[in-house]
This record gives sequence, C-alpha cells and structure tokens, in this order.
Amino acid sequence: MDWFKKKKGISTIEKKALPDGLWIKCESCGEIIYRNQLKSRMHVCPKCNYHFRVNSWEYISYLFDEKSFAEFNADIQPGDPLKFKDKKRYSDRLKDAQKATGLNDAVVTGIATINGQQVIAAVMDFTFIGGSMGSVVGEKIARAIDKSREERVPLIIVSSSGGARMMEGALSLMQLAKTSAKLSQLSDEGIPFISILTDPTTGGTTASFAMLGDIHIAEPDALIGFAGQRVIKQTIGQDLPPGFQRAEFLKKHGFIDIIVNRREMRETVSKILTILWPQKSAAGEQKKKENKE
Amino acid sequence: MRKNFKMILEFEKPIIELEKKITEMEDYARDTGLDLSEDIKRLSRKAQSLQKEIYSKLTPWQRVQLARHPDRPYTLDYIKYIVTDFLELHGDRYFADDPAIIAGIGMINGERVAIVGHQKGRDVKENLFRNFGMAHPEGYRKARRVMNLAAKFDLPIISFLDTPGAYPGIGAEERGQAEAIAKNLLEMSHLPVPIIIAIIGEGASGGALGIGVGDVILMMENCWYSVISPEGCAAILWRDNAKAPQAAEVMKLTASDLLELNIIDKIIKEPQGGAHWDHEQSASILKKHLLEEIHVLKQLDVKELLQKRVEKFSQMGYWVDPEPKKRSKRKSK
Repeated sequence: MDWFKKKKGISTIEKKALPDGLWIKCESCGEIIYRNQLKSRMHVCPKCNYHFRVNSWEYISYLFDEKSFAEFNADIQPGDPLKFKDKKRYSDRLKDAQKATGLNDAVVTGIATINGQQVIAAVMDFTFIGGSMGSVVGEKIARAIDKSREERVPLIIVSSSGGARMMEGALSLMQLAKTSAKLSQLSDEGIPFISILTDPTTGGTTASFAMLGDIHIAEPDALIGFAGQRVIKQTIGQDLPPGFQRAEFLKKHGFIDIIVNRREMRETVSKILTILWPQKSAAGEQKKKENKE
Repeated sequence: MRKNFKMILEFEKPIIELEKKITEMEDYARDTGLDLSEDIKRLSRKAQSLQKEIYSKLTPWQRVQLARHPDRPYTLDYIKYIVTDFLELHGDRYFADDPAIIAGIGMINGERVAIVGHQKGRDVKENLFRNFGMAHPEGYRKARRVMNLAAKFDLPIISFLDTPGAYPGIGAEERGQAEAIAKNLLEMSHLPVPIIIAIIGEGASGGALGIGVGDVILMMENCWYSVISPEGCAAILWRDNAKAPQAAEVMKLTASDLLELNIIDKIIKEPQGGAHWDHEQSASILKKHLLEEIHVLKQLDVKELLQKRVEKFSQMGYWVDPEPKKRSKRKSK
C-alpha cells in the first residue's frame, strides 16, 4: 500500500514563496503570519499560541511600560580568560555574536516600570551564544540583584539560556554560585524576586537564579530543565515521555507557580507586585532606605 | 605503599614495572640468601626519580585520569582516616535516601563537625548502589538538611566534592534536579557556620557545585573541576567524545589552573604517585589543612564570615568594566 506513503520530493501543498522579511511562518503550526501582526501579538502565533523566541530588547518592549526601560551596566565587556579555542577562537565567537546582535553579552539589565510600578530587570538573550552564562552575564545579574537590594525595588529576571558558557570553563560555573549568593542577600532583605522562565531555560541557569524566585512564571510549552535531553536519552537508553521538561511538566511536578501567555505577562506580574509589594509602601521603603544610609 | 591496584594507567606502567622488579629481587634475595641490597636500593632510587619525573609533567588529561582512578580515596575513605565518631545520617525527609551523597556528623581532633560529600563505588555492585557518585535531587536535599542541622548546632561543615555530574535522568528532572542544586547554592551562601570545601576527585559542573559553596576551597593536586566534563565538552565542540584529551587541554580544569583563575584557595599535595598510592597519608595531609582552616574561620564573627563568603564568589569571573564603580574592580582577576 505504499502509494499512500508520502513520496519524497512531492509536496501536496504548493510552497508559498515568502517575500523577504514581510511574512513569517509559525514554527509550530506552519501558519503564515504577517510580521507586523506577529509583533503586535508579542510574537505569539494567532492560530496555535506558539511563543516565538524573541531577543532581549523585544521582550523588554513587551513586558515593561513603553519607554520606561533605562539600561545600566551596558558597557561591561566579556574577555577570553582561558584563551579558549576549538574550531574557532572564543574571542572571535564573541566578536561575531556582538556584531550579529548589537549586544555586548547575553543579558540586558536595567530599571523599568510595569504598570507604573518600578522594577529592576535582567532579560537574557538567547541569540547571543545561546543565552549562555559567562562572567559578564553573571556579573551583570549580580549587579542587578545588588541594585534591587540597595534601592529596595523588586527584581525580575527573564531567562532564556542554554546554561553556563563552556568557553569560560569553571569561571562560568562560578557565576551560578555568585548569582545565588547575591539572591540569598536579597531574600534576607525581603525583597520580591519574580523569575520568568522562557523557552529554553536549561542547565546552569535553571540550577541557579531561574529556580530561586519567590514566584516562578513560565511561558507555555517553554523547555525548562537541568540536563539536556540528548544526554538523558543516552544515559537511560530509552525515549523520553511526551512533554518532558516542558513548562506544563514542571508545573505538574511542582516547580512552576503559573504558566502565563506572553500577552498577559505584564498584567500578571503587575498583579503579583501589587499584592507582594504595594505601591503605597513606597514611602515606607524610602524611609527604610534612608535609615540604612 | 599499595601495590594491588584495580587499574594501572598507561603512564604509571613504567613505575609499576620497576616496583615489580624490586619485589622480585627482594623475594629472590630472601630465598637464596644473596645480598642484593645495593641493587635494590639503586632500583628503588630509580623508581622514585622516575615517578617524580613522570608526575612533574602530567598533562591535564592525565590529571583527569588520576582524578578518576578507581583506587583513589573517596569521601568515606577520608572520613575513615580523618573523622572519629562518625555517624552517617540518611534521607532528605521528603522522598528518599540517596547513597550517592554521604552526610553525617562526627569529630576531628575534638572539633565537632558535619560532613557531606559525593560517594563513588569501588566495584560494579557498589557503583550501582552509589550510582557512580551521581546524585539525584534527594542527595542535594539530604546534604542541605544536614547542613542546616550543622548551622542550628554550630558545627563547621566540611564538604568533599567527587562526582562525574548530577544524574541526568527522568526521575531526577521530575523531582527538580535544578531546583535542588540552586537551593543549595543559595542556602550555603548564608549558612552561619564555617564551610570548607575539599575537591578530592572529579568536580563536574553543577553536580559538584551543588555542595561546593563555602568559605575556603581546597583542591587535591590531581583533581579536575569545570563547567562540563572533558567528554561533554568534546562532544559539543567536535561532536566526538574521544577528543576528551584535547578538550581537557583547553578547559583549564586542573588545580594549578584554578588557583590562577582565583577559583580555589589552596592546592593540597598528594603523596608521590597520587592519592591512590597511599590513602592514609593523603587523608592525614588533608586533615592538617582542614583543621587549620577550621581554626582560622572560627575566629571570624558570623557577619564577617558571611560577608567574606559572598564577596569571594562575587569576585569570580573575568570582565572588563569601562566605568568602574567604587566597589567594583575595573578588571577582575
């Protein structure tokens, strides 16, 4: 009955030629979407709700009040402490990534507002060497945590990262300890930290700050986990269950508070902050800050 | 000196050959009554200088092999020689007891201490039980529980690191491997008692760091510690596990590399030939350093201790900051 089989090279659907840049195809359902429409929908597919991966500045524009984001520590530059080289020098890899993304490294940090409420934010960028955490990412996040503690302003970290950056060896690993140590200080001061986990959040990023929030919010279907799926498969020698390491799986197992559509993210975070850190206490916080000084 | 090794590494072979020859001569001399003492002395000297020569220029990959040597002392071996009245405590009080991590309390020269550490097995059966030293979330949570106990009763904590990684499995992910490790990093950053980390074998990534945050980080001479195993690194970079030796070269994972990168505080000398040649001596060298560190750290008040601990990790990394703030250095070392 092999005439029912789909023959290679023969396609029943006529391939649509997409004019460059104007249209975009949904990676999940194949729907052809007008790019501007997708943007106005915060890169969420109108048909199947698929959440496209977006870069840090796009995410910033979706999550925070318009034009409220003021970046800090933008100029911290990565280096190549191990003089690491595989097929390519790490220093060249960095230069290429910087050129391609316009960023210095894989995270953007700053101060912003959400429905008028002030927050300190760190938004990771998967397009910069897979959002991997090297020294600069660790340092910028550590400084954002410090700022959140010093200014007594809630912290939001949006993760999208493959984990620690291999090319900085143990120095990358230590960024897990650094950011977690800073979060212990923040937690001791009683300042809220909301961790937003987007697709993908894995490895060392999950095994440090992403899993240390007071509230964990994930985007639908985001890949979230510790070990890579290929490694797990190799280790246990069997296939992984459907939905393994997806946001819904983590919620089922108790590690995610809520799964929130990107289009409702701002309202949800705002609601949480209003309850945990009401605006009216701002005056009191100012006093606390002054007392400390 | 131990002579019945489970495994002999390629570069150890000439030494072992010589040692064998010496033993044979000793036997022969005893049986025949001939005086071979001069020759034996000469050969012993030669064996020693050969060992010194080989060990003075070990490659990173050879160090990795030594760190994994199946005859190397493990956490329980160090405990046997260092800790008296050791009482192992079991279970995370939530789900299970994880034999890949040891936790307990005991005494070192009159000092009350809590111990945590990864535990490998020495043969197949033991390794199946210990899961090759690869912990599940329960292991990290057990360690955390016992470290909290230590904080409550003011016991310094010693943590032995020796793992090929946290276990990558379905159950481990379901029960929150990442969360278990992350929580430990946060907790260990502010536990109000001294924490001394001793890397005694393999320090693979988050699985090692999960019990690796402390005030002082000691590293035995022939160990490795990095963000990924050389095999994992090779698989990603060259799509070939067999290139692990090359990966080890570029990863800067040996004790002397890490001292230079400011990640560890001190390299602990091993007996000549490596820790597997003499467990007792390895333990006694380490014990001396552990006691020293405990005494120094106990002098600090808690506030200072914790401030220094956070500071220690804050400095780690390499970045260039064109606008230095008053507290941050222009370039970290």
